[in-house]
This record gives sequence, C-alpha cells and structure tokens, in this order.
Amino acid sequence: MDGSLALEIPQIFPEIALSVFGIAILLLDTFLPKSKRHAATGIALAAIALTAVFTLGLVGEDGTFFSGMIVVDGFSIFLRITFLVVGALTVLASSSYATRENLAVGEFQALVLFAIVGMNLMAASNELIMIFLGLETLSIASYILLGIKRSDAKSNEAALKYFLLGSFSSAFMLYGIALAYGATRTTNLEAIGREIAAGSAGMTLIYVAVGLLFVGFGFKVAVVPFHVWTPDVYEGAPTPISAFMSVGPKAAGFAVLVRVLMVAFPAAYAKWLGLVWLSAVLTMFVGNCVALVQSNIKRMLAYSSIAHAGYILVAVATRNQEGVAALLFYTLTYALMNIGAFTIVSLVSRQGDRKTYLDDYAGLGFKQPGLAAALSIFLLSLAGIPLTAGFAGKFFIFRAALESKFVWLAIIGVLNSAISVYYYLRVIVVMYMKEAPDDWSPVAMSSSAIAVIALSVLGILQFGIFPDMLISLARSSVIGYR
Amino acid sequence: MEIAVFLFLSGIAIVAAANILVQRHPIYSALSLIVTFVALAGIYIQMHAEFIAVMQIVVYTGAIMVLFIFVIMLLNAGAEQKVPDKVHVVKYFGLPLASLLIFEAGLTASRTFDGEGIPVESASINLSGNTEMIGRALYTQYALPFEVTSVLLLVAIVGAIVMAKKEL
Repeated sequence: MDGSLALEIPQIFPEIALSVFGIAILLLDTFLPKSKRHAATGIALAAIALTAVFTLGLVGEDGTFFSGMIVVDGFSIFLRITFLVVGALTVLASSSYATRENLAVGEFQALVLFAIVGMNLMAASNELIMIFLGLETLSIASYILLGIKRSDAKSNEAALKYFLLGSFSSAFMLYGIALAYGATRTTNLEAIGREIAAGSAGMTLIYVAVGLLFVGFGFKVAVVPFHVWTPDVYEGAPTPISAFMSVGPKAAGFAVLVRVLMVAFPAAYAKWLGLVWLSAVLTMFVGNCVALVQSNIKRMLAYSSIAHAGYILVAVATRNQEGVAALLFYTLTYALMNIGAFTIVSLVSRQGDRKTYLDDYAGLGFKQPGLAAALSIFLLSLAGIPLTAGFAGKFFIFRAALESKFVWLAIIGVLNSAISVYYYLRVIVVMYMKEAPDDWSPVAMSSSAIAVIALSVLGILQFGIFPDMLISLARSSVIGYR
Repeated sequence: MEIAVFLFLSGIAIVAAANILVQRHPIYSALSLIVTFVALAGIYIQMHAEFIAVMQIVVYTGAIMVLFIFVIMLLNAGAEQKVPDKVHVVKYFGLPLASLLIFEAGLTASRTFDGEGIPVESASINLSGNTEMIGRALYTQYALPFEVTSVLLLVAIVGAIVMAKKEL
C-alpha cells in the first residue's frame, strides 16, 4: 500500500503537468510587465502539448489506480485527448479575444488548464467522490471564466446564473451519491455494480439515486428539462468560453454519465433507459424547435448545442459498445465544429461582443469570403450534411440505435436533424443573399483565430470524408471498457 | 431514547433550515444556519462520528459563520427588499413538484429502511475516537481525492481574487 502509491503517479502525469503549468502561469503573470503577459498563451499551449505526450504514453494501460479511485483505459485516454484538443483550441481562440476585450490573459489561460484537469479527472474517475471533485474543479473554473468580463453586465449575469443553478444541481448529485452509498456502503463504481448484482442493496434507494445523479449530470450536459440556463449563459459568456462550455463540460458530463450508468447501475438499466429515452426525445425537439426562432446567433448555437446533447443521449440509450464508440466520435467532432463556429462568431461580434445578431452577418459572403466559407462548413457540419464530420457522427449514432432496436429514437433523431437544417442554412442565406450594410466595418482577423478555424475545418473534412480512422480508434478505445 | 434524540435534533435542523429561507434579514438567516449546523453536529455524535461533529462546530460554526456574520455587518446589509414576483409559473409548478419530490423521497425512505439502518463497523468506533481512522484513510485510500481537493481550493482562491480585485 505504501510504496505502490508512488509507483502509480505516472498514471496522473497529465493532470499533474496541467496543474503545475497552471500554477506557473499564475506566478509568472504576477512578475511579468503588462506588455509581456500574453506569454501565458504560449505556456498554456506548451503545457497542453506536454500533457498530450504524457497522455499518449498511457496508451495500452488498463486498470484502476490509487485504491480504485481512477481508471486508466482506452475510454478515458480517448476522452483526455478530446479535452486537450478542446483546451488547445480554446486557448488559441481566446488569446486574441482576451487582448481585444482587455481581459486578464494569465488568469484566463490558467483557469482553462484547471478546467481541463477537472474534465480529465471526471473521465478517469472510478469513484463517486472523485467524480464530484473533478466536476467541482471544472465547475468553479467555468464560473470564473464566465464572469471574467467583470465590467460587462451580461457576463456577470451568465456567471451568477450558472453558479446558482450549478450549485443547486451539485446538491442533487451529492444527494444521489449519498443514497447510492447508503444502499451499497461503497462509492466505488465497480463495487456498487457488484453489490447490486449480488442483490444486497435496496433497489428503491438505488432508483432514487440514479434519478438524482441523472439530474446532476443532465444539468452539466444541458439536456431537457435541465437546459434552461444554457441560452442565457452562452449568450452572456465571453464567446470563446461559450465555445468551451458547449463542448468541454458536455463531453465530460456524458463521459461520467456513461461510466456511472454502465459500470455502477447496469442492473437498473430497465429503469434508467426510460429516463434517458424520454429526455433524449424532449431534448432533440425542444433544442431544434426553439432554435428555429432565435435571432441572436449565440442563442441559436446554444439551442443547437441542446439539440446535439439529445443526439448524444441517443448513443447513451443504446448502451452497447457501438453506441459508446459513436459517442466518443461525436463529442470530438462536435467540439471541432462548435469551437470553429463560435470562434467566427467571436470575430464577427467585434469589440464588446455587440454584433451577435443574424443581420450582422448580411453580406459577409462578399466582404470576407474565406470567413463566410469556413462558417458555412461549420454550420453544414452541425446540420449533418454528408462529407462533413457532423454527418458521420450522426450516422454512427443512429446506426447504433438501429442495431439496438431503438427504431423510434433513430427516426426522431433523423427528423430532428432535418428540422435543424433550416436554422443553420438561414445563416448561410443571410451571408450570401443579403447586401452588406453601408456602415460595414471589416472583421479583424488574428493569426491564432485563423489557426483555430483552419484546424477545425481540416478536422471536419478529414473526419467527414475519411471517418474510418477515427471511428475504429474510438471502437478500439471502447473494447477495453469494463 | 435514541430515536427521540434523533427526532428532536433533526426537527431543530429542519425548522432552522426553513427559517433561513423565511427570514428577510441576512443576520437572522446566518444565525439560523448556525442552529442548523449545531443540530447536525448532534446527529453526527449520535452516529459515532465524533471527529466530524467537532470539526462541524470548529470549522463551520466557529470559523466560517463568524466570518459570514462579520461580512454581513461590515456591508451593513439591511432587510431584503420585497420584489414583486414576476414568474408565476414557478409558484404553480415548482411548489407542487417540490412537494411531490419530498413526498416520494419520504415514501422511499420509509419503505426501504426497516429501522435498523446500516450497521457501523465497530472497529472504526473504538479506534481512538476514530480520528486516527480518518487520518489513515485520508492519506492511503483517499490520498488522490485529498490532493485533488487542494487543486479545487486553489481554483476557488484564484476565482475570488479574479472576481474581487480592482485591477489585475
């Protein structure tokens, strides 16, 4: 017990590296003169690169560590890489944004790193207590990032709303954890599964615990009926953080949901399937139908992200390996398209995040064709048009649903996908069919934003035209899944 | 006897917790919260978790709540203004749904518990007021969560500074 703890430290090298670099950025930021503080971006990127090396070094590991607290398997390694991609794109996208909006770059980037630590721990947790700690680390970092534009009333509103509702949902989750512990006398996911299988746990208590845990995770991933915070928070947040919030915590929440439901509560499948099924259908319909009538593009993307959470829930409902592989594929590709779209929104919104309405995109197709073309690709991918990664992701999810005989879920999903085409195409129509206003001011580009957009476009086309590589990687990550 | 004490303590805890919400003046709410914490500490002692009970009093009631009350007094916060309630949906849906949840939870609890509860492992009670057990568990089995907590607290401190400092 004593010596082995030290030997297990390499398993959490990624998290240690991120934390150490986060602290280093905070310290450096204090001593550097104001003109040199943008160095934080470079350090954060270096930290993410180093962490990626450490994470890839873990490939092939399979087992639980630190007295069963964390599990290192293909699933958690794939997700850790996803979070690093999300983190790298967020850091890049926010570097020029933070300069433009005159934000504290050092704190900003350090908090993004800490948020990745939280997400990593969530994906690797094998214990309800670890899940809670990872989730809180992520949540507190996001509360601050949301409110980092302190002089902006909308940013404050977003932070406060997310903070109050987030604490509330954490309380629900904690109550669920307490009940699960009360019924099984353990917080270890595998042990909970064993206790339930052995029949020594009170099932009524377990059902209530599953319900409460679903409330907690459902809030983080913004599924109906726990979605009401999403549009206000995404609208008020600094735009790169809206991008981050719509992909990072969502992927981490789904990772935890899948692991908890499949490892700890497979015996309650018949019960939680109903919950997930109903929530998936509601989430797809509410997200897509309300998105139809949005005139603010940030709110539209918020409702679109709710709808996408619904598609991912379909993958959760299937409960088979193909579904989990589709979920992994979807969260990674969705991260690329959404961060890309939000980055362009943040560029077009100009200083102060003012121009976020649909009309502000009029004529973008003629004034800045490259930007408009990239945004079109992102929106088409979100809509799920063939040859984009969005299509491949939806295809894998619905095929998994069909294989598990969830014909209705697949039909509702495809139907919703068709509804969504309308509001995505509307932006493209405005960009290419409407005249630019007379007082048009050119959109200021920055090299880091161009890098984010280029990488996202490349990723979407790569995984859209040749999805085999990524999906087989995702499948092999799931196989070791216990 | 044990049941009577438990009912007494939990009754105080629930009434005081409700009082936090009902009171319009922040000082009264803070004082009610202290009452809740003390009653909870009593319940912990009943569960043979003496260390947690003492920590509850020392840390929450002693340190954190005193700080709370100092801040409220420094800010000179007066009674809360009554804001006209705009959202009626909340009243009509929220209250019945919340009552339903509490009712269901109570029903589940009464159905599941046979009055016995989960037996406390006797070894942990006898071991020197179980402080040693907690320490042992914290630095062996729960070493990783313990360390992660420090990262969590660091993020919270950074957040407090980012939010409150005049100029970064």
